[in-house]
Amino acid sequence: MRNPICWRRLRALCRKETLQILRDPSSHIIAFLLPILLLFIFGYGVNLDSTALRVGLVLEDTGPEARHFAENLYGSPYLQITTGLNRQQMEQAMTAGMVKGYVVVPIDFGEKLKRPNDLASVFVITDGAEPNTASFVENYVRGVWSDWLQQRAAEHGEAPPVEISIDSRFWFNASAESRNYIIPGSITIIMTVIGTLLTSLVVAREWERGTMEALLASPMTRTELLLSKLLPYYVLGITSLFLCVAVSVWFLAVPFRGSLLVLWGIGTLFLASSLGLGLLLSTLLRNQFNAAQAALNAAFLPALMLSGFVYEIRSMPTVIQAFTYLIPARYFVTAIQTIFQAGNVWPIIVSSGLFLLLASVFFIGLAALKTRRRLD
Amino acid sequence: MSDALVSIASISKIFKGSQQAALENISAELLPGRITGLVGPDGAGKTTLIRLMAGLLVPSSGKISIAGLDPIQDATKLREFVGYMPQKFGLYEDLSVQENLELHADLRNVIGAERTTTFQRLMEFTDLTQFRSRMAGKLSGGMKQKLGLACALLGKPRLLLLDEPGVGVDPISRRELWKMVHELITQGITVVWSTAYLDEAELCQEVLLMNDGKLIFNGDPAQMTSRILDRSLQIRGISGNRRQLLERALRRPEVMDGVIQGRNVRLVLRSGAARPNLQELDAGKAAELITVAPRFEDAFIEALGGGPGGDSVLAQQMRPIPGDHETVVEAVDLTKMFGDFAATDHVNFAVKRGEIFGLLGPNGAGKSTTFRMMCGLIAPTSGTARVMGIDLKTSASQARQQLGYMAQKFSLYGGLSVQQNLKFFSGIYGLKGEEQKKVVNGMIDVFKLHPYLDTAPDTLSLGFKQRLALACAVMHAPPILFLDEPTSGVDPVTRREFWTHINGLVEKGVTVMVTTHFMDEAEYCDRIALVLHGKIIAAGTPDQLKEQVVTPQNPDPSMEDAFITLVQGQPNQAAA
Repeated sequence: MRNPICWRRLRALCRKETLQILRDPSSHIIAFLLPILLLFIFGYGVNLDSTALRVGLVLEDTGPEARHFAENLYGSPYLQITTGLNRQQMEQAMTAGMVKGYVVVPIDFGEKLKRPNDLASVFVITDGAEPNTASFVENYVRGVWSDWLQQRAAEHGEAPPVEISIDSRFWFNASAESRNYIIPGSITIIMTVIGTLLTSLVVAREWERGTMEALLASPMTRTELLLSKLLPYYVLGITSLFLCVAVSVWFLAVPFRGSLLVLWGIGTLFLASSLGLGLLLSTLLRNQFNAAQAALNAAFLPALMLSGFVYEIRSMPTVIQAFTYLIPARYFVTAIQTIFQAGNVWPIIVSSGLFLLLASVFFIGLAALKTRRRLD
Repeated sequence: MSDALVSIASISKIFKGSQQAALENISAELLPGRITGLVGPDGAGKTTLIRLMAGLLVPSSGKISIAGLDPIQDATKLREFVGYMPQKFGLYEDLSVQENLELHADLRNVIGAERTTTFQRLMEFTDLTQFRSRMAGKLSGGMKQKLGLACALLGKPRLLLLDEPGVGVDPISRRELWKMVHELITQGITVVWSTAYLDEAELCQEVLLMNDGKLIFNGDPAQMTSRILDRSLQIRGISGNRRQLLERALRRPEVMDGVIQGRNVRLVLRSGAARPNLQELDAGKAAELITVAPRFEDAFIEALGGGPGGDSVLAQQMRPIPGDHETVVEAVDLTKMFGDFAATDHVNFAVKRGEIFGLLGPNGAGKSTTFRMMCGLIAPTSGTARVMGIDLKTSASQARQQLGYMAQKFSLYGGLSVQQNLKFFSGIYGLKGEEQKKVVNGMIDVFKLHPYLDTAPDTLSLGFKQRLALACAVMHAPPILFLDEPTSGVDPVTRREFWTHINGLVEKGVTVMVTTHFMDEAEYCDRIALVLHGKIIAAGTPDQLKEQVVTPQNPDPSMEDAFITLVQGQPNQAAA
């Protein structure tokens, strides 16, 4: 067997591919414009935070203690309080979706507070139709309530109420801004689009335009063909990755705590698996339209739905959860979110990296296996 | 051991999932330093055979050996000295001429000083020097063809495989290419040239004539045409209707085949048959019967078992279309701009009822654009297109009801069965109920579609596809028929049959407008317009155009001669 790579041929093929990328406006759009667009959409459009929830308030007790508590509620930056006359009115407001829940300060609130052995309480009614929001309402009101109790105890010179308080604190994303984990996750989507969608088109395009036949009849080897398709698109993908990081950090103010070198390594592995899948589809289908459709279903949708980038994997049915382990994007999402928010956490990076390596070898190997030097 | 460069021994190829063999037991020897023509209609198996020689397909049985090497086992060695130009030339349209050449030079290890001299030689040879930096996609068909050839010539091949290099290219470029290829064989290169144009066969030293995957003839094309020597006749000086005369002539048992040639009728007799009597044919007093040079196509028809006869069952079913000899299709200063490129540039013509009017020109000349404007499929940038006096700009759908349109690319629904296609197309033209049933059944009878009613058109042979397409275009009995490249690539017998129907319909008063890049097809037309670069460069009857270019050296010019001379007489055509 002769040498599988002749550098001159490989260089010529890569050069050809690069010129085609540079001259094709659609690859500019996919590689550069689309990522920026997606970043801003995900960065500003998709927001899972609940700032200023609309919550109703019914003060059945209008004594000084009740009014004091109400002031605290009004003071919370997370709540936007509307005061109603009675429970019925608030119930209607909630049914109509005007408020996400309401707080009732009962008529005996002040009385109960005065009696030392009695426990004063407020009611929180939330809209269970939106469980996520409902728990936010509950938690924020609970927070205001416990603050108020401590404050009151301090004012009265009493010992603070004995209560096991759960003081939750968000680590790694201290302000709990969803943007900080959605943006790194969305880079995964962008990498998938570039890696799989763009490459799924390139081999198919050569078949459709008849140029593949001319190449096959030349002394070019299979390795050269594969590498000439992988390398230029790898460079394109990595450029786009670092462009995304730059935009995220400088324009969208997402903190970056890991090292760029590690990101480059993990990015390379993920890109390799994406490129491999794209090439495989393109080689098998030999038709741009079909290849693009297949790429959408085999790479883009799983990356969007099952990578855990927006939709939490733990809340999926068990079968689907098991399935997500097969999706390379899942590992890249984990790794890139870690690198952005927590830094170089080696156990996560190494385990994700290993799987991505496996996926790359699998897809590129399969693409190589399916690349024929003949037409039939 | 023979001295053949390529020897093909009982090669068969059956593609996966197909019952029919693409190639059936082909054996041939190709001698070095010669041009071998691989001739036959589309679907004959030409491309399959070329791909087998290039080592791109594995034969189902049989063996090919090229200079003692097997195209599959010794592919690596073979690729060093086999040049291959696929259909559509295999060029990267988004790379420049120079970049395309560089890519192929690098792939074939043509470097250093050798590269400089090779490039220089090829640039001179192909005359592409001034277009070095132009994108291949922006070249004309002829220039693409030359560039494709130049790419295939890098690395000094001993064997050059050219798959349909002449398709759709203007006749001037085609002639230049032939000159170039003849130069190559003097350098000892063996050339395989595949073509669907039968007139190109006569330019080859050796021909493999193929049809339906079978080898019909292998040898010197002159030997094939000599079979019908003295049997090719032309009736000249006809008075009266030549189409009706042809119909009468084809009914005679001694006539094997016949076509219209401008104002004359060309006949080929059966072997050993006596000459037909002109009086009996009622050809007119001044008519004379002259023996003419035989053509390769005539011999091919004989090899296929003779022509289809001259009676059109289709036309017999049609009602005559009333009316006088008035203008029914008209283009006035018709112009279509795509950006700053004029695809159709101030085109004028008028077609009268019962006339066959042809637009003749190479691919990219603007024929189809003109056609689409005449059908109201695209709006003209300026000028007017009228059908039956209706302006297509204002009431396109009203005008279209008067039209039957057969598109260039086979435009039937591959997913529907033959019968469903017929029903669908009759339906969209407003036929329904009993009448629809009657018309559809009529078409099935005329075109002998019974065995294929439930098959998908995609799996039909090209000949049947074309019949079905014609059936779908004429079901609503349109008074005007638009045919866009109707017989590209079909075998000559199917082509005869097609023109028999068209002639029959014209006799019933149907007006036909046709585009073609087959020079000889223009001979069927009453009048033709030569189109190049969006302009009509000449118009008239086929004989008028040919007479314009008669010289002492060429007393009987062909349509192609006329085209070339008239184009060259045009100002500013140097950079075509």
